[in-house]
Amino acid sequence: MPMSDRGAEKPLHILVLDPNRIRASIIEEGLREAGHTRVTVLGAETELMRRVVEIDPDVIFIDLENPNRDQLEHMLAVSRAARRPVAMFVDRTDQASMEAAIEAGVSAYIVDGLKKERVKAILDVAVLRFNAFDRLQRQLESAKSELAERSVIDRAKGILMRSRGMSEAEAYGALRKTAMNQNKRIIDVAEGLVLAATLLKREDEP
Amino acid sequence: MSRGTMPTVHAGYMPLLDCAPLVVAATEGFAEAEGVHLAITRESSWATVRDKLAVHHLDVAHVLAPMPIASNLELAPLNTPLVVPISLGFGGNTVTVSRALWRQLADLGAPSDFDAAATAAAMAALVAARRRKGEAPLVIAVVHTHSAHHYELAYWLATVGLIPGRDYEIMVVPPQLSAAALAAGHVDGFCAGEPWGSVAVAEGVGAIVTTKPNIWRSSPEKVLGVRADWADANPDTLDRLVRAVYRAAQWCDEPANRPRLAALMSGPEYLAQPVERLLPALTRALVAADGTIRGVPDLLTFSARAANFPWHSHALWLYTQMVRWHHAPLTRAAFATARDTYRPDLNRRALTPLGAPLPSANSKIEGALAVETPVGSASGRLTLGPDGAFDGQLFDPDHALDYLASLGFAMPD
Repeated sequence: MPMSDRGAEKPLHILVLDPNRIRASIIEEGLREAGHTRVTVLGAETELMRRVVEIDPDVIFIDLENPNRDQLEHMLAVSRAARRPVAMFVDRTDQASMEAAIEAGVSAYIVDGLKKERVKAILDVAVLRFNAFDRLQRQLESAKSELAERSVIDRAKGILMRSRGMSEAEAYGALRKTAMNQNKRIIDVAEGLVLAATLLKREDEP
Repeated sequence: MSRGTMPTVHAGYMPLLDCAPLVVAATEGFAEAEGVHLAITRESSWATVRDKLAVHHLDVAHVLAPMPIASNLELAPLNTPLVVPISLGFGGNTVTVSRALWRQLADLGAPSDFDAAATAAAMAALVAARRRKGEAPLVIAVVHTHSAHHYELAYWLATVGLIPGRDYEIMVVPPQLSAAALAAGHVDGFCAGEPWGSVAVAEGVGAIVTTKPNIWRSSPEKVLGVRADWADANPDTLDRLVRAVYRAAQWCDEPANRPRLAALMSGPEYLAQPVERLLPALTRALVAADGTIRGVPDLLTFSARAANFPWHSHALWLYTQMVRWHHAPLTRAAFATARDTYRPDLNRRALTPLGAPLPSANSKIEGALAVETPVGSASGRLTLGPDGAFDGQLFDPDHALDYLASLGFAMPD
């Protein structure tokens, strides 16, 4: 197919290889919002490489942590069915763009002959979305761990309230005081107390 | 020694037993003793190791022996100039096939002693039989396009006239997913570093039919790939790192350290496999196809017999195979670039102060040594070999072009 046909700005077919469905949908949404109508997402499928060849995309995004990258590259390089040569990060002079992508955790394979500006625009979307997912994930982990910590602190307060007849405020105060005196975090004191209580619990106790 | 005064080197590795010299340099205090803080990170693919080197997230890495050559020849999707100041030892790859394939090979006379010639003959008979019956070609996996696995597998099968793409298919499967791919029937066999062959055997899905040392004795497998720009800017730190890795490799070779090494490598940050599955390779005694345990003395040698020396002849052999299978062009410039990717001068610069026994030459005729042989060395006793391919074909690096001509490749004028 002559490369001059590409000057007519035919919609590019973008393939996202990502077994993480949440991240994949975040990227897909970002690409569609940027006006890309032909986006396919593949996760961890059997015959993944055969599907990639069938789809014959113009751009492939795959996350840096995906162990299938070597397999994908081999297939792109040697498969007689993969008709068009691909390269990573078409504009090698744009070091900043490459670094941003790798830092975001995304690698991109782009078919030969596409205009640099067009590719950069798509890559920027992917980088933004990968970074957004990363932030989201870290927020989620932080929220989970905060919830888990609060649950432990609640249990510790409960133990003090039951065994020493304290009010909730007094119980929290006792934990905080101990933490300060021992130069420990409140969560660590609480965990220690919950653990000790478990070990000290008699058979007949609730 | 406060960490703040020590230079930090960022190093990447893939989860395989042969990353041990780099990992041990970091975990057993060898890097610290040289005044270097070695920050190691586990990576998921060779492509990612390569890319992180390219954008300077990594300074050095555990890499496949051909990867720095491929990078310097700009063969990979992303490339950066690399040098190899030290090799991480002779490898522990095995060729493992499905139990169904083994039964067919055994019926055709394949032995259970890992012999490369006899097993290749059985493979040739099998391929011919499959072709007669109109069956699909065998699919054999390697870990990466530019790998010693790929080149040794192809060399081995080419001795009996089997050509990749025509008589069998090569696929790429990550080493840690090889046993699963074999079990699922996605591949008929794979060539990967230990422990993955032994894992397939332990899980009852595979049989080891030959090994890397059976195909090419005392051959390079993984090397330390170093960014050329980083090496130029940090010669002192590089030398310290090379010394740390060398000492770590010697530690890994000591039988007394094996239990500790096995315990270390079995952990979740490394192989995440039970210790029993690492012991075959570490004790150099693999389970053969008939269930007996057989010694493979050369397997996974980390430092002995100049296993850490980056021979020019190794770089050139790999280059000839890259040309042979149409991965690399044959030009005067490419030839020199490939050879000079491996840096015996940097190896000597770092290790001479240790009084390490180093070869006096930078290159050797691969296959000239039929047994372990004492050789000349400026600093004490050194033995080399046995080396060379199982078919007895010598590789003389000074006549590499004649070898390529015999394969039908001529250099343009």
